[in-house]
Amino acid sequence: MRFGTEDLVVRYAGSARAALDGVSMSVPDGCLYAVLGPNGSGKSTLMKALLGVVRIRAGRALVDGRDVRTWTRGEVARAVGVVPQGEAIAFPLTARELVGMGRYPHLGALRGEGEGDRAAVAHALSACDVTDLAGRDVTTLSGGELQRVRIARALAQEPRALVLDEPTASLDIRHQMAILELLRASADSGMTVLVVTHGLDMAARFADRMLLLSRGSVAAEGAPAEVLRAEVLREVYRWPIAVREDPATGVPRVTPLRSGEATGA
Amino acid sequence: MTRRFTLTLALVLALAAAVLLGIRFGAVPLTTADAIRTLAGKGTAVDRTIVLELRLPRALLGALVGGGLALAGATLQALLRNPLAEPYILGISGGASVGAVLVLALGLAAAGSWVLPLAAFVGAVVAIALVFGVATAAGRAMDVRVLLLAGVVVAAFFSACIAFILSMSQARTVQSAVLWMMGSMAGADWGSVVLTAAYTLPAAALLLGLARPLNLMAIGEETAHYLGADVERVKRLALLLAALITAAGVAVVGVIGFVGLVVPHAVRLLVGSDHRVLLPLSFLGGAAFLTLADLVARLALAPTEIPVGVITAFVGVPLFLVLLRRSLST
Repeated sequence: MRFGTEDLVVRYAGSARAALDGVSMSVPDGCLYAVLGPNGSGKSTLMKALLGVVRIRAGRALVDGRDVRTWTRGEVARAVGVVPQGEAIAFPLTARELVGMGRYPHLGALRGEGEGDRAAVAHALSACDVTDLAGRDVTTLSGGELQRVRIARALAQEPRALVLDEPTASLDIRHQMAILELLRASADSGMTVLVVTHGLDMAARFADRMLLLSRGSVAAEGAPAEVLRAEVLREVYRWPIAVREDPATGVPRVTPLRSGEATGA
Repeated sequence: MTRRFTLTLALVLALAAAVLLGIRFGAVPLTTADAIRTLAGKGTAVDRTIVLELRLPRALLGALVGGGLALAGATLQALLRNPLAEPYILGISGGASVGAVLVLALGLAAAGSWVLPLAAFVGAVVAIALVFGVATAAGRAMDVRVLLLAGVVVAAFFSACIAFILSMSQARTVQSAVLWMMGSMAGADWGSVVLTAAYTLPAAALLLGLARPLNLMAIGEETAHYLGADVERVKRLALLLAALITAAGVAVVGVIGFVGLVVPHAVRLLVGSDHRVLLPLSFLGGAAFLTLADLVARLALAPTEIPVGVITAFVGVPLFLVLLRRSLST
């Protein structure tokens, strides 16, 4: 599944500045694509525009080459699994029930879960390594566990693409790596994965391509080595930054500098 | 699965028992055999009058209103993602009370038994319109936080209206107004049963059809949207249905607290938060609970009737605290 935008403009009501100001980008099929940028640069807005939940002022957002405004809500829900940033789950709910909600787009108002639905849920639970948590109340899970359960819900949709907003925020190294490995494996199996993140180094390790946004515009797009260049990052983040190739992994490593440290560029 | 089945069975039996007990007991006690014979259309003329004209409509009204309040409460808790939500949170009881108190203060209630319920219903509808109007005026999407705040503020305004009207009224009017506001099913007849059923049952059926979208709404509007729910439509429709059920109940029996808050929580503690189970069981639970509470209200200090709202709180609070404590210890 492919995503793309053409000169996309989004402006929120009551805001003078456009949240997205003429953004063009494209996510090829089966690609792990990272959307990067400072706070307020338009990352989440771009994600929402691609999912058809914010009003587009000009330009187009394309899902599989088709204008997102021509997709019905149900079509998007059957094709794209989304893990939004926060969910305030107010009432007790088991992990199995939460993951089971991923099947709703495939069920009518009244039809119950069938064999295929149960198989999809079981597969999603095992892919995210949360089968053992199925009977637990989600309000008692740790941050890492809950995040994996939420990703399992998106996988249970059996989507052709995954879209995740900050999936590794506030997780420790082990849980971050586990989730990113899972996303990498999903992309390798042909799923398109779009991740909004602040983790430049992690994105460099896992993403095929990345987009760097700055105040609603594209600052750079391409392979990690093309996007993560010190002079671009310094401009975008307005902070002295050094970029070196990591000897252990061979990918760029981004280091924000303290005052007085040389840029090394 | 078995737990759900057990609770369903228990609640159905409790409701049937509550209705039967409601028919048997009163100023003239009947045997179970007499009660069943009379329900089947036989029995003496006196028994028939007692059962068919007085006790059966009263028991059915209790079941309809109790079930409706619990269902409305469960719906509002999901939509507002707030465990403190209950059917009256949008100011509906306040609006209904202003209508009723006004009618009592102006001495219009004597014009017919239909005047008071009509005035209360109109008051409730005004409250709903006001709160919805405020919550939607700001933008296209309805913000449930604004809705909640508007409900609280509108309720405060209505209670000021009530205080003003009562302060200008005679002692007798004040007493009948206060009694009305505490809720009672003493005025039950087939007219009120049919009227309440006409609002409650279709609205309840529609709400049950929204169980899956309500599951999604309970975890967040953004997620609900991504999982295919038409968030704005679900929100408006479910709120309107819950409000209508509440308005119909309040108009007929006054303000009966606690059923709409506690029953959904109790059911949730026992069977979880899946609304496909929670909604129907809340209805059954509310129906059984209010019918039994009304029985106690009639019998405990007979021939004096205790306001049924007092009983719902007296019985509901300890029951709920026990359930809450048990859920914390497991």
